[in-house]
Amino acid sequence: MSTGTTKLDVVVSDVVPVNELVTRFHFRRRDGQLLPTFSGGAHVVVEMRDGERTRLNPYSLMGSPLDTREYTISVRRDDAGRGGSLFMHRHVRPGMEMVISYPVNLFSLDLRASKHLMLAGGIGITPFMAQTAQLAADGGNFELHYTCRTASLGTYADVLRERYDRRVRLYHDDRDERIELDRLLSSQPLGTHLYVCGPSGMIGWVCDRAAALGWPAETVHFEHFAAPQPGAPFDVMLAVSGKTIRVGEQQSLLEAIEAAGVDPPYLCRGGVCGQCETNVIAHDGKFIHNDHWLSEEEHRSCKKIMPCVSRFEGRSLVLER
Amino acid sequence: MGITFRKETFRDDFTFKNSPEHIRRFPFPFHEDSYMYAVNIEPHVLGPKGSVLENLIDVDEHYVAEMQDRALVLAEDPLRCQSLPHMTLAGWDLLELLMEQQALGYPEHFSLTRDGDRWRWINRPLGIDDSFTFGDVSTLPYGPMEYITRQSQGDFCILDQRDGNLWMDAGMVTTQADWSLDFDIGMNFFEWHAPVPLAHEKGIFVRALKFLTNIQQGKPARRLNWTMTINPRLDTSPENYHKWGPDRTTVTPENVGDKVHLRVELQSFWRLPRSNGIVFPIRCYLIKMDELVTQPKWARRLHRVIRDLPEELANYKGLTRYRATLVEWLSKLDDGSPTSPGFGPD
Repeated sequence: MSTGTTKLDVVVSDVVPVNELVTRFHFRRRDGQLLPTFSGGAHVVVEMRDGERTRLNPYSLMGSPLDTREYTISVRRDDAGRGGSLFMHRHVRPGMEMVISYPVNLFSLDLRASKHLMLAGGIGITPFMAQTAQLAADGGNFELHYTCRTASLGTYADVLRERYDRRVRLYHDDRDERIELDRLLSSQPLGTHLYVCGPSGMIGWVCDRAAALGWPAETVHFEHFAAPQPGAPFDVMLAVSGKTIRVGEQQSLLEAIEAAGVDPPYLCRGGVCGQCETNVIAHDGKFIHNDHWLSEEEHRSCKKIMPCVSRFEGRSLVLER
Repeated sequence: MGITFRKETFRDDFTFKNSPEHIRRFPFPFHEDSYMYAVNIEPHVLGPKGSVLENLIDVDEHYVAEMQDRALVLAEDPLRCQSLPHMTLAGWDLLELLMEQQALGYPEHFSLTRDGDRWRWINRPLGIDDSFTFGDVSTLPYGPMEYITRQSQGDFCILDQRDGNLWMDAGMVTTQADWSLDFDIGMNFFEWHAPVPLAHEKGIFVRALKFLTNIQQGKPARRLNWTMTINPRLDTSPENYHKWGPDRTTVTPENVGDKVHLRVELQSFWRLPRSNGIVFPIRCYLIKMDELVTQPKWARRLHRVIRDLPEELANYKGLTRYRATLVEWLSKLDDGSPTSPGFGPD
């Protein structure tokens, strides 16, 4: 029942530096047709041919869902990361042909909400760019609170203020401005839904306070893409395909499986969607689970692993792949 | 050349029939001589020419008559069409999908021209030519879902996706096998499937939900389901049980061939782009036993499937009262010889 991913052949139509850390990339279809319609909060997986290796990174679509002539993503350069954002910044130029996935939305608006309260931290602003455009076009009620380190790193803060004026509230770390979260969460009209996207510390803080203040879990939505963490290399035996592979320090288990020519399904590559869930046949060692898909009980059972973000330390691991 | 649409009824005098070409394209649902639930979901991709999968949204010779029957059902019971307030955007998604697919598959009958959000839709079999603004409900005579599903064969459930579940929050349901939209509206996937026997214990719904919530845009999926209906009645709803329930007592060895129909649902699942919902078209195909047994392989196989069906399933599908009569009738057409693999006739 693998769903696989449909691919889109695109050309980079523009590359726009936004500030010292963030660059925006525009994609159009190579055949000149319109791109598929998407919903606010959707992401695409961008394939990067980086020498011998293929990198696959998810990025939120940040354009208006009403305009499908092009897709835009914004990539924050991560000098300490695994290299995907550096590749985008250093090597991707206008006119380059690339392959991206169809849009997938794992951070959808709940259209029942009487009001959408959005909290963004840093580059976590990108899905809200699309969601606010979608809501604004239809008279939707939203309010956006956006924290950034400094005004110059407040990616699209100026654009958002201009578009939505007082519906956008900015907070700058260097000026010691903080969201008054408890007051904010305690003063919302009934039927409000809460959305948060940003660093994991911020997501945890907001979700905890919302729960403590009585927000039903169904009204709290978060986008929690975990980037695959580097770690010590380890060996894995793939029982179905009969291959033994080595997972490198900077490589995810999913990437190592793909490099061996085995093609598990995936959608988010961030430990959220559940597509690449893999059964463990045997193990002698310790799992390092980094996903948000399996339950704590499943983590403890050592019977499943999400190879997109999770790793293993120990003597041997046999997977059903 | 186009389709020749039949003039026929699905009630009162029941003049519904399949032409010989339509008998051969009937989506016979059994690939082997027995039946048990499975998560029988596969990608909804184009199939062979001359099959019901020649287009992803199938239009056939019963189109006009089915739309007339739908209008009669809605006039008697408007609650067969419901859309909760947050589902209007999904209705537009569905309108786009059905207009595009019907115009693509049957250009001689349907055409769609788009200029930004100004659209023109021509439906020749039903004599419709409407210009409207996509996204503006005031420019159509009905809401977007009702408008397009009054012009599309099959029932349509639109499912909202949230909290890791699917919610039956809109639909047009007039050709159903004994379930009620008015009862199920607002329910989640497990709630509306609660009456199905055996499948919960097998964990089928947990796996099916995991699959469905991951359906992607541009990658629809499908499955077949089946039951049996006495007389070619499209509207076998709980609301109208008093009209069709007693039909089950009217089956005799003499009228099996004419009265007993195999009812197959081609269910497909599509991700909707703007709303991130899922639409679940349930397309009903009917074939009477006399028509079905013109294909000897289908006659032999159906005999074995109905004879060996677990009792819980026979009860759930409502076959109990006439099962023995049907099996006896079919047994005369089963010489015990093997059947070839696959669904199709020999």
